[in-house]
Amino acid sequence: MKSRTIKVNYLARVEGEGALHVKISNNTVTDVKFKIWEPPRLFEAFLRGRKYNEAPDITARICGICPIAYQMSSAHAMESAFGVTVDPQIRALRRLIYCGEWIESHALHVFLLHAPDFLGYDDGIQMAKDHAEVVQKGLQLKKVGNELMALLGGREVHPINIRVGGLYRAPTKRELAPFIEKLKWGRDAALETVRWTATLPFPDFEQDYEFVALLHPDEYAITEGRLVSNKGLDIALSEYDDHFVEEHVPYTNALHSVLKERGSYLVGPLARYNLNFDKLSPLAQQAARDAGLGPVCRNQFKSIIVRSVETLYAYDEALRIIDEYEMPEKPAVEVQPRAATCYGCTEAPRGSLYHRYRVDDQGVILDAKIVAPTSQNQKSVESDLWQFVPKHMDLPSDQLTWQCEQVIRNYDPCISCSAHFLKLHIERD
Amino acid sequence: MPPSRKPKLAVWKFASCSGCQLTLLNCEDELLAVAGQVDIAHFVEASRAVVRGPYDLSLVEGSITTPHDVELIQQIRRRSKCLVTIGACATAGGIQALRNFKDVQEFVSIVYAAPEYIETLATSTPIADHVQVDFELRGCPINKEQLLEVVSAFLNGRKPNLPLYSVCIECKRRGTVCVMVAHGTPCLGPVTQAGCGAICPAYYRGCYGCFGPMETPNTDSLSRRWSYLGVEEQDLVRAFRTFNAWAEAFREESVAHEK
Repeated sequence: MKSRTIKVNYLARVEGEGALHVKISNNTVTDVKFKIWEPPRLFEAFLRGRKYNEAPDITARICGICPIAYQMSSAHAMESAFGVTVDPQIRALRRLIYCGEWIESHALHVFLLHAPDFLGYDDGIQMAKDHAEVVQKGLQLKKVGNELMALLGGREVHPINIRVGGLYRAPTKRELAPFIEKLKWGRDAALETVRWTATLPFPDFEQDYEFVALLHPDEYAITEGRLVSNKGLDIALSEYDDHFVEEHVPYTNALHSVLKERGSYLVGPLARYNLNFDKLSPLAQQAARDAGLGPVCRNQFKSIIVRSVETLYAYDEALRIIDEYEMPEKPAVEVQPRAATCYGCTEAPRGSLYHRYRVDDQGVILDAKIVAPTSQNQKSVESDLWQFVPKHMDLPSDQLTWQCEQVIRNYDPCISCSAHFLKLHIERD
Repeated sequence: MPPSRKPKLAVWKFASCSGCQLTLLNCEDELLAVAGQVDIAHFVEASRAVVRGPYDLSLVEGSITTPHDVELIQQIRRRSKCLVTIGACATAGGIQALRNFKDVQEFVSIVYAAPEYIETLATSTPIADHVQVDFELRGCPINKEQLLEVVSAFLNGRKPNLPLYSVCIECKRRGTVCVMVAHGTPCLGPVTQAGCGAICPAYYRGCYGCFGPMETPNTDSLSRRWSYLGVEEQDLVRAFRTFNAWAEAFREESVAHEK
């Protein structure tokens, strides 16, 4: 059998609806398509004419798994437009809720979506039959992240507390106190998770990615910084459009975000880890080293370890923030709209999430551009498949299909996020 | 396939953010118990395994926005004993129903360079516009406890016991001081169906209506109150035109204030 086609019409254990199509002729890969067929929802269009203060809640609806990322990228964009700086304690609280989002999103992926691939189960529930303790612990780790979201944001999905200028309500120190014990438990459990994920079987799959992530001088960048890469990129957000472009790829009719000068790049946990390793807490750095990860990791299959390291970091950081927290006098600063073009970028669990808006002097949005992590990673997903398939051609079809799926799931792709700007084309032959 | 007496649960997705089906996975304490009671027969976001229908209970997330969706929802209905919509997209068309007020081609050309490739309908519509729906669960997103109540009710052949009154009642029960009366903060609570637990007023912010209109809401009266508080007409249009914009009562109220 020299020619065959690997087809997965509904990719499972990813957020949203995507498909995979790999064609092999005469033992050569001739076509790879990672298709997004999630219906477009046209967010950038209906943001026009909305008020600046509606952007956080509206854009949150792009993704139910990372709403805080959307709320924060848009709030930061608007705050920079109007020359607003939030109180340092409010900034810390926003970082804290963002830690909650990283925890719930990473724990979901590590335990329920990604680990089953390594252990050969269809899903986390099947896996729980043989690995009950692991799955239970994963669910509890995820739950604490969600509880942090609910405490600070009112609820887990589409929290309601982030506003342009700050928060609607800041918690008291007393409200945060009961969380300390849970977070300490979570920190221990996350540390065990790093060790456990390091024992999973990993194929050799080192790739020469260009990693792109935010870089902040004082912290593991989540909410702000310059955009940098390991191949020389170092820009302010306002320079984004000079360096990145959304490219039209004819065979999928999809827009892929690429670096103008060098093409594909990678965002997400692996990129952050490689660019910001020295900013991780000592505990997280040590755990990574003990797990056999150096400061550089180029194997996307190992992103499950990196996600666990970031989960550990998020627990550690949450504890630090709560420890240093003093309730601010006011939860938000007054905002006075003015005409501007503004930019916001934060590190969603899956990678850099860029927003650009143009607003008028009343704060009405004139146009909007949103570049989600998955759109940026699409090209890397495909090039991984081009590399991976030839090396595993001997596998039976069902196993090769499963492993190709895993190559995609390594990215924790979030297809709803990308679909609002991806071109959609259903083949009808 | 081994014989199974457990009821089969399926989860389906149309145009949406996945937040409502995520709510099922967010039932961390209950998830494995639920999985013990039902066969999770089709839940692509969580599992590779797909068991063929018919299904005892189908939970449907998302709104209908493409010709393909129109076909698929008919198939799902045929294969489902009970069909429950989950969330504002499936019950009201969602935020993407904002296209219904505009020319969709204009929208598409704003977002896409080559609009001719886009397979999309002019409207985003709720599931009930296309097939018979056994129950509609509100919310953007849905509430976890309400979801568990609905699943348990349908699996036990009873009607879900969920409130139809307004968010105001939840504020009273929670002991939250009325943000509109005490602080003059515009709030959609008086016309919005309960279910979220009245979160926003507890965070000193007005309700923004993510559970959609309550039974027989007096939107006109509320709009007058908002105007008295200084809210301009265009902002009234925006307030009623968010995640449940296409729900009849909110739609009519937003249209009434549009010049």
